[in-house]
Amino acid sequence: MYVIVAGGGKVGFYLGKELVGQSHEVVIIERDAHRAAEIEGELGSIVMVGDACETTVLRAAGAERADLVAAVTGDDEDNLVICQVAKTRFHSDRTIARINNPKNAEIFQRLGIDDTVSATDVVLSMIEQEIPSDHLVPLLRLRHTDVEVVEAIIQDRSAIAGRRLRDIALPSPSTIAVIIRDGTAIFPQPDTAVVSGDEVVAFTTSQNEAALREVLLGD
Amino acid sequence: MFVIIMGCGRVGARVASQLARGGHEVTILDLTEKAFGRLDLDFDGTTIVGNGLDVDVLRRVGIERADAFAAATQGDNRNIMASQVARHIFNVPKVVTRIYDPLRQETFELLGLETISPTVLGADKFLHILDPDGVYTAESGELGQTARGAG
Repeated sequence: MYVIVAGGGKVGFYLGKELVGQSHEVVIIERDAHRAAEIEGELGSIVMVGDACETTVLRAAGAERADLVAAVTGDDEDNLVICQVAKTRFHSDRTIARINNPKNAEIFQRLGIDDTVSATDVVLSMIEQEIPSDHLVPLLRLRHTDVEVVEAIIQDRSAIAGRRLRDIALPSPSTIAVIIRDGTAIFPQPDTAVVSGDEVVAFTTSQNEAALREVLLGD
Repeated sequence: MFVIIMGCGRVGARVASQLARGGHEVTILDLTEKAFGRLDLDFDGTTIVGNGLDVDVLRRVGIERADAFAAATQGDNRNIMASQVARHIFNVPKVVTRIYDPLRQETFELLGLETISPTVLGADKFLHILDPDGVYTAESGELGQTARGAG
């Protein structure tokens, strides 16, 4: 696979290093000549000095034949533009943008970027998963869809505690995929009953999230 | 009309001041308070210190009811990102973007932005004065072809 990594900061450096280790063809584009020389000293001549936002630089890096362009500079707006130029000008197969503001994930997707990665979001979701609250914990959103995977811990006072799935009216569309009870995953049948303390993993849509929370956690 | 301007440099300040004088409702955003010193002394619009790339900030300044949005910061990419958010996420009817880099200007015209490149305008003006009878195409050689091909 031929990968263009835009931005030779810490993320770009280690990404490039890992990809080279996996025998991929890689070029790292770094604006700062001094930093570029440092990377070259460690990884060999896979570095190009230039601003990846510049169309001519992307062309010189071979964007036309790249399987993947990963824009991992520290600035969301630069990563957006790099990916959009790669898509529009060079028809790059796949673009990934690093983002700092988690709210940009949806925006970038709507502007045509295939994937975004947000360290902020990753840490945030880890924190959220630690909180034993009466909230739905968002686990992930399926790519290119409105489908969310969420988790809830059934409380003593939850109205559905003790009821079988066939008797629980979930908002449509949504479905309970897995129930984790005492560390064991149960793939539930209509007759499976939900009990207090169960971790319920469900698929739903963002519109149905509030209604699902009411069903799973409402008293 | 209600206009939001991002970037209170010389151009942003001038456009904001003139529009306000013309009776329009104007909100101008900049990252630093100091920048607002470039506005007319009697500027009666709203000044907000904030980052126009943050959708929360845009919502707070009323982007959902804006009739127009102008991006005039020093950064091409900041202008491009904010303008696309205004145009494609908040459906602001009129959006105009300053892009210094002519190649980037071509790309984002293809993607539906209305753009101004001071580089192209300035160079054209120079050419016109230096060689009034000459015929010069505005498009860059190699990428002009790509742009035509893709368009």
